[in-house]
Amino acid sequence: MSLSDMQEYVTVTIAGQMFGIPVLQVHDVLGSIKLTKIPLAPPEVAGALNLRGRIVTCIDVRKRLGLEASDESKGRMSVVVEHHGEPYSLLIDSVGEVLSLKTDKLEMNPGTMDARWREVSSGIYRTENKLLVILQIDRLLDFAVGTNAAA
Amino acid sequence: MDDLLSEFLTETNENIGIVDAALVELEQNPEEESQIDNIFRLVHTIKGTCGFLGLPRLEAVAHAGENVLGKIRDKELNVTADVVTIILEAMDVIKDVLEALEQTEKEPEGNDSDLIRRLNEVAYGTPPAEAAPVEIVKPHVEATEEELEAAFAAAAGPDDDDAGTSGDLPEILKSTEVRPGEVSEADLEAAFAAAPGPDDDVVVAEEMPEPVAPKVVPAKVAKPAAAPAAKDNGHKETSLANQSIRVNVELLENLMTMVSELVLTRNQLLQMVRGMDDNEFTVPLQRLSHVTTELQEGLMKTRMQPIGNAWSKLPRIVRDLSQDLNKKIDLVMHGAETELDRQVLELIKDPLTHMVRNSADHGLEVPQERLAAGKKEIGRIVLDAYHEGGHIIITITDDGRGLNSEKIKKKIIENELATESELESMSTQQIQNFVMRAGFSTAEKVTNVSGRGVGMDVVRSNIEKIGGTIELKSEEGSGSKFTIKIPLTLAIVSALIVECCHERFAIPQISVVELVRASTDGRSDNTIEMINESPVLRLRDRLLPLVHLNDILRLQTSADEVAEQSAVKGSEEFIIVTQVGAYTFGIVVDRVFDTEEIVVKPVAPILRDLSIFSGNTILGDGSVIMILDPNGIAAKSGENVVGDHTVEEEANKVSTDSDKIALLICRAGGSEPKAVPLSLVARLEEVDVDTIETTNGQMVVQYRGKIMPLITVNDKATITDSGRQPILVFSDNDRTMGLVVDEIVDIVDEHLNVEMASSTEGMIGSAIVREKATDIIDVGYYLQKCFGDWFGSSSTTSFGADQPSQRVLLVDDSPFFQNMLVPLLSVAGYEVSTAENPVQALDMRENGEHFDVIVSDIEMPGMDGFQFAEEVLKDERWADTPIVALSSHTTQQDFDRGRKAGFSDYVAKFDRDALMSTLSQTLRVGGGSK
Repeated sequence: MSLSDMQEYVTVTIAGQMFGIPVLQVHDVLGSIKLTKIPLAPPEVAGALNLRGRIVTCIDVRKRLGLEASDESKGRMSVVVEHHGEPYSLLIDSVGEVLSLKTDKLEMNPGTMDARWREVSSGIYRTENKLLVILQIDRLLDFAVGTNAAA
Repeated sequence: MDDLLSEFLTETNENIGIVDAALVELEQNPEEESQIDNIFRLVHTIKGTCGFLGLPRLEAVAHAGENVLGKIRDKELNVTADVVTIILEAMDVIKDVLEALEQTEKEPEGNDSDLIRRLNEVAYGTPPAEAAPVEIVKPHVEATEEELEAAFAAAAGPDDDDAGTSGDLPEILKSTEVRPGEVSEADLEAAFAAAPGPDDDVVVAEEMPEPVAPKVVPAKVAKPAAAPAAKDNGHKETSLANQSIRVNVELLENLMTMVSELVLTRNQLLQMVRGMDDNEFTVPLQRLSHVTTELQEGLMKTRMQPIGNAWSKLPRIVRDLSQDLNKKIDLVMHGAETELDRQVLELIKDPLTHMVRNSADHGLEVPQERLAAGKKEIGRIVLDAYHEGGHIIITITDDGRGLNSEKIKKKIIENELATESELESMSTQQIQNFVMRAGFSTAEKVTNVSGRGVGMDVVRSNIEKIGGTIELKSEEGSGSKFTIKIPLTLAIVSALIVECCHERFAIPQISVVELVRASTDGRSDNTIEMINESPVLRLRDRLLPLVHLNDILRLQTSADEVAEQSAVKGSEEFIIVTQVGAYTFGIVVDRVFDTEEIVVKPVAPILRDLSIFSGNTILGDGSVIMILDPNGIAAKSGENVVGDHTVEEEANKVSTDSDKIALLICRAGGSEPKAVPLSLVARLEEVDVDTIETTNGQMVVQYRGKIMPLITVNDKATITDSGRQPILVFSDNDRTMGLVVDEIVDIVDEHLNVEMASSTEGMIGSAIVREKATDIIDVGYYLQKCFGDWFGSSSTTSFGADQPSQRVLLVDDSPFFQNMLVPLLSVAGYEVSTAENPVQALDMRENGEHFDVIVSDIEMPGMDGFQFAEEVLKDERWADTPIVALSSHTTQQDFDRGRKAGFSDYVAKFDRDALMSTLSQTLRVGGGSK
């Protein structure tokens, strides 16, 4: 079992579902931060925030995945990733630990998976207690750009 | 690539550029001695440094060129077009080799012997015995022995230098032995001679910031001493000041970013201190603030470069063009010393070149044509640059053939960019502006100079990207003029912070023309009035269209907040008067804070399409706010702006077109076309058929927070199963109705002649529109059908008896116009009565009827409007009632005559807005003034 077979993921929970993001893609984990709403932005864009002087666009992953809106009235946690050189913060419910998982244990998306999820998921892991959906950040954020361009 | 080579490339490229421009100038002034000297010296330097670095091909070509130039300088050869051409050719070859050198770090293979032979032919008149490199050029040693010693001594100095260049030195010196025949001592001396003497440009590498004592040749001796020696004191350097330093652009960019951050942090600190009482922080902070501002300004200046730099290549290009196209072109440049930010300079270099090429290729005519047109044989292209306000204005004018509107129209129709009818209603300038669209070109054939139609739209978008505007004015036969306006600073701008619906936004100070405080209940001097639901502000002597920011941003959607917005509100509002192109309008916001300096950061790519935002920024308190773009707001509010046309222009156009009215042609419930006067239609909408609901047997749809009933034209009309259905929206203050149509076909301006009255309900009659029999929709009928009490609304107003509707008497002999104006007036809230001619009207007077205002047509059979007015005045019953004249004749004479006859105002028949505003104004004044 060589190290090259393992991939580390940061686990996050959104609407009760656990997701994993490759650890190297995660730049920051933020607590609740003041968000500026952006009028007329696509619905997935929750707003913009100030991260050490950089303006980061905040994406509501729930909307992106078609989940119901969060009933959390206070600010939510977010995870900052980078996409095409621009920082984006993904709104999540909570952050879990970093898991080291074997790459060969990654399973394909089940056929019954929601189409929207299938687009952004690169596979599923079966951990001891829960299923972990591995998020593909590129596709998660590309879609939003695409719809906006079409709109 | 090693530093040496890259420095060489930079400097030699620069020098070649100078040589290019200088040669073109020389061609025009062959006697200018200093010019010849300059060129010779530059080429000589190039040759020398090429030799140093072991670049035989370059050296050979430069050498041959130098020969020719030497002959010119010695007055043994005359400056002719051919001579200049061949030297330029040599320069081009050198350019190519340099480019290859940059890519591969090696000289490319190639044979220049032909070129060299020709050069030598020109120089010596006979083909030389051998190729040039073998010759040892006897340079003019301009340095004394002493200076040379000093140079060598200093050069040996850098043993104690850290940058490791000392390593290079012995290397290079050693390398001189590699090419014994060539780089001899003499050449070395020559190179040193050409090196800067005292108080000349000091060339410094980035890693070695310490300036060597001015009298001494810089430590990196081996570096090509490419800076032109200032021995020839008479010649002014074009791009470098006498005391200048060469700095890497990236370094400056970094400095720029850091200073921007510094400014932001300073703002933050200032914000915090503002809240506190005087304490020990206040004074140092003020000092810090002052210093930061100065630092910022100073850094801005470092990035300023004269626009002449962007123009430097143009003379050569124009020269080549005039040869290629067989035209005589004179390029004149004014204001080359006008400075602008380097970033901006880079961005407009290409657009400018493109436009000059266009002028040369398309604009200017061949000499014969020009003479035939009575112009001078030599065509002129004039470039002008100057500062104005916070902008730099650049104009490109040519005295060529201008733009041919007919040709453009044809191309527009061909490329389906607009329909003929749309074109009819456009002004010349609007039509001309089409040339800046993608894919547009009226050139009959595509040359390699231009004509492919990919240029001007790119130019325009490049200019707009940096926040500039471009306008085109052209007169057929006389020429064309492009005007580019670019803001001077890019990164840090002054912005006004405003609040709308508890969210803050920034508006660039430059766009703010004026700030007005207004109210809707007359409390302040400026009142917001409504003209058919569109708010306007009467500002001094003009009517300013208003846009509510919360509307644009869709920030208020709940019903009660919308009600708040109506005329009942009466609270204070602030209006930002802003100008986009030639269009001035006002943005209504809730609060205005102060002006702040902000660093503009581009919006995230996801949000790039939002035209209302031009960026975002972080305020002093750390919060992120969006920066509004008035341009985008104007576009969103439905007005087509930016160089296309002005509202006034449109209005003028309409009033001078007599007897034509705007009609909207559609298909509804049948395949025959139907038309409705455009002035009655509030909006054109498309609704998703999925959103159409049915209540009480009536089709409705949710529209702008309210319920809008939908009516079909007749029973035959059907709604499509899916997708979107077009709707014509009619509305008054708080009610809207949507008329369902199958297809909106077109909007035309037509003479309307309702020929056949219709027996069909819902149609006024038929007319010939666009050569087809078209039914004219009777809007009043549908309004009545939908809201039975539409026209009798005054009696059911719940606002109380103290607000009765104003009674209007409309006197017009045309049933069509009656049918059009009645709904128009009643939709605006007036109670309308009609009379078909003045006699009928006077009968009504006999019957004891009273009105608040009379609107009368002028051209009527029997008694005309003027006579009617006189009649009205004669009798005291209606003598106090104001009469407004409606006519298609609107010259000053008519106006005066009307006044004399007793009309209190005179309005063009087709100007709905003017009629409405006149009525409200007249009624408010109380009808007393005549």
